[in-house]
Amino acid sequence: MKREKIRATLPLDEPTVDKSLLVRQVRARDLLRGDIEGLDLEQHVEQSVLTTRLDKVLNWGRANAIFPATFGLACCAIEMMSVVSPRYDIARFGAEAMRASPRQADMLILSGRVSIKMAPVVRRLYDQMLEPKWVVSMGACSSSGGMFANYAVVQGADKFLPVDIHVPGCPPRPEALLYGFNKLQRMIMGDPDIGWRTRYSAHGTEEWARELGEVTEEARDAYAAARDIAEAAGEPTSGQPGTPVDVAGPPQERADVPARPERERGRFI
Amino acid sequence: MPDATGLELIRAELNDAHPDAVIDTYHRHGQACLIVDAEQIREILGWLRDTPGQEYTFLASVHGVDYLPAEPRFGVHYELLNMARVERVRVRAELSDPGEDALPEMPTVSDEWPTADHQEREVYDFFGIVFRDHPDLRRILMPEDYVGWPQRRDFPIGGEPVIFTNTERDVPGWYA
Repeated sequence: MKREKIRATLPLDEPTVDKSLLVRQVRARDLLRGDIEGLDLEQHVEQSVLTTRLDKVLNWGRANAIFPATFGLACCAIEMMSVVSPRYDIARFGAEAMRASPRQADMLILSGRVSIKMAPVVRRLYDQMLEPKWVVSMGACSSSGGMFANYAVVQGADKFLPVDIHVPGCPPRPEALLYGFNKLQRMIMGDPDIGWRTRYSAHGTEEWARELGEVTEEARDAYAAARDIAEAAGEPTSGQPGTPVDVAGPPQERADVPARPERERGRFI
Repeated sequence: MPDATGLELIRAELNDAHPDAVIDTYHRHGQACLIVDAEQIREILGWLRDTPGQEYTFLASVHGVDYLPAEPRFGVHYELLNMARVERVRVRAELSDPGEDALPEMPTVSDEWPTADHQEREVYDFFGIVFRDHPDLRRILMPEDYVGWPQRRDFPIGGEPVIFTNTERDVPGWYA
């Protein structure tokens, strides 16, 4: 007898149920009277109630309903366009609605080199987007300048706006962009991926410690010192949205880490 | 394109009309070129356009060159075309570098050849060559507040450093 009443309170079970206001009021009154008790109440709660934290729900919703800005900069934009196509289909992750206005978008994909003339425009687009907003730097050019080491191109888009995800490649395959987007989703949901150095216990393999391929005494010391830094930093911070991944803090000037030789300083190209 | 003899004839006739206008000629790689005095460029282009028998009426392109170790350092190329005979001739105006803080100057041809308007602005933008009496001489491709002449050979290539893990120790304070 009581089970039938419970079923009547589950709207999905009986689509033919009368949804008039009166019936719903009667049902609510039944609930308030404590008609269901004990195990039945437990089961009812178990079947129809989900508890979570509000920020978690918000981040879950944000991560799965991202509106990217319709914004292409260079050849990477071609790969970005095919991400929306049925073959790659970013709609699987809820980000297929490309908005033609920055005020409706919450993700900016920098798909190509940013020239110094374009940088203020990109910055203005970013400023016009509403919070919360995320930036994906797609390809070598927008991440580091890439092959364009010249007067016209900004050497890395994070010189003028905060970048959340860098997708390497020249250009990256659409799968790579999707992979970067998935990483961004996990970042938004407060569970960022650990970086590859942490995952493979590879601290101490930074290029500056390697001394151009030749394993010298100083490089070996640098390996050991970098491992000390990594161990002192402990587990990667996680659980906070937007936490930078695989960064143990700013590089420390340490007496026991040999500085790079003078001839190496200032050589970037 | 005039052959080598025809080019020398043009040079002789042009020097008769405008003394010391043509400094040199060359005829290489299937291209004929008159190396001329930059100050007389308007008279030279006008003569090549208006003289019967020449009639190079179409100015196909204007561009700058920096021949840095050479002297004079700069060249401004005018590519001329006679559409009836399908003949091309190049006129190269030579300009020497006036040194620090000064820019090389030459007369504009943009009033007679309107196509030269934007192209002279581009030459100015990238090489810092000033065209006197140009109606609107300002940068056309680079930002208007840009400093420097980026296509000159002594312009530093690269510019700002990029921070990779192997260079982050050389860029102090980048994380702050």
